[in-house]
Amino acid sequence: MLQGIAFYLMSAVAVLSGLLVVTARNPVHSVLWLILAFFSSAGLFVLLGAEFLAMLLVVVYVGAVAVLFLFVVMMLDVDFVRLREGFAAYLPLAAIVAGVLLAEMVMISIVVAQGGAAADAVAPALATADTTNVEAIGRVLYTDYVYVFQAAGIVLLIAMIGAIVLTLRRKESVRRQDPGAQTNRDRRTSVEIKGVTTGVGVTGEELR
Amino acid sequence: MTEMWSTPGGWTLLTSVGILIVTVGILLSLAFLLLLDRKIWASVQMRKGPNVVGPFGLLQSFADFFKFVLKEIVVPAGADKVVFILAPLITFVLAFIVWAAIPFAPGWVISDLNVGILYIFAISSLGVYGIIMGGWASNSKYPFLGSLRSAAQMVSYEVSIGLIIINVILLAGTMNLSAIVTAQEGWFWNWFGFGGGLDSWPLLIVMFPMSIMFFVSALAETNRPPFDLPEAESELVAGYQVEYSSTPYLLFMIGEYANIVFMCAMISLLFFGGWNPGFPIDFAAEWPPFLVNFLLFLVFAAKIVFWFFMISIVKAFVPRYRYDQLMRLGWKIFLPTSLVAVVIVAAWRVFVVGG
Repeated sequence: MLQGIAFYLMSAVAVLSGLLVVTARNPVHSVLWLILAFFSSAGLFVLLGAEFLAMLLVVVYVGAVAVLFLFVVMMLDVDFVRLREGFAAYLPLAAIVAGVLLAEMVMISIVVAQGGAAADAVAPALATADTTNVEAIGRVLYTDYVYVFQAAGIVLLIAMIGAIVLTLRRKESVRRQDPGAQTNRDRRTSVEIKGVTTGVGVTGEELR
Repeated sequence: MTEMWSTPGGWTLLTSVGILIVTVGILLSLAFLLLLDRKIWASVQMRKGPNVVGPFGLLQSFADFFKFVLKEIVVPAGADKVVFILAPLITFVLAFIVWAAIPFAPGWVISDLNVGILYIFAISSLGVYGIIMGGWASNSKYPFLGSLRSAAQMVSYEVSIGLIIINVILLAGTMNLSAIVTAQEGWFWNWFGFGGGLDSWPLLIVMFPMSIMFFVSALAETNRPPFDLPEAESELVAGYQVEYSSTPYLLFMIGEYANIVFMCAMISLLFFGGWNPGFPIDFAAEWPPFLVNFLLFLVFAAKIVFWFFMISIVKAFVPRYRYDQLMRLGWKIFLPTSLVAVVIVAAWRVFVVGG
């Protein structure tokens, strides 16, 4: 019973905050609602017994991706009035896309409920008392799906290198710090002791 | 009696009492750790520090508490009121729920999660929201700049903390914190900071620097000096806290210190044996279990206080980093080093230990 209450509470929060993501007037509030939606979905994962996925969802999406969203939205100078203008014009298109997505999801849910789609698939390795969630995922990920997993990693690596190559510009005019050169400086190359006669001071010749 | 605790009602009661003990215990110890921090700082600077309220100034933190609570909460005009109040609450709550997975002694843990480390990592990665929301909601320049700095800093150092934690997970073979501490039982050379056992002593070369890197990353993650750039008073007045007064400020402050103590606990748990005193405790096998657990808890608390002392000392005599130096240290030094360490430790596990 407690599980049922938790499920309905968290799914209600997830759906509500999802709705508020699109209806909130302030884009920063939208991102904050999005974070709440992510967090409730993580809670739903825990109820399913997939605690590893839940924690990863929080670490990756809430802890890193949403922070970047928040960064961008806070820094941008968003004109709220202009943002609202196209709302009615795009409504029919949005309704069609949403309708198609809803129909697809309902169909998939029906098929899964009847057990049709799961018939040929690899049986999900359920976490039992002696194998934890992490272990079960690790065993499948690094044996059956190792090539796909590696390919996904390479795709991400290429995307990262691409982003760095596109944004890295070395300006010759900017003076950069070279910590190695700084720490390797010693007294002989940087300080020179000069005898200054008292009462005479330093002449321009000596300074040079 | 024992059956009663496994029923839903008994379980709820037991967990609630556990949460209450941990929360009140941490709040009380924070009051004295804060005083310790100020005393250490004062000693290094050859001052006396707070010494008026109570003997040796022991009640100073409580006096400060009442001072904060009794003052007026000022919400700046043009601030986003809900987010403004929500931000310190988030910082405070996150700083405390993270203790749920920390084992204080054998069996003394609120929730013995199988993914304990991941839970802790997930919750501490959320800590950035309190700061970034507080800075934005203040509707002021300096808090906003401070919060942006802080967010970039915390996200950067989370990467190296995560990679360093992976080393420990690889050595222990589990993500359960109690199991990680149990794996470091016996003599102190079994601690992961010293390589984790005599048969894997060469890992000392990797793991000891890793524990120091974890300490430095913990300083950056908790915005402590020398990485206190979010609240660098010479540049940003007080960073994201500029517009906060009275209780909301107090909540930020307590959350910050709770996070620092939590990081001290993490260093002790992951690298320095948690509650293990560093020598086999076979002689205590006949002693009453509660007494043994209590003594082990004291060992753990002593380790936390030791690392807190180290963090205070760093605050007292290390000058503040510049922002580009901070980023350079995080991305160009810590990230590659910890990545190489993960490769070495993983290779050791596969090719030397086997399986």
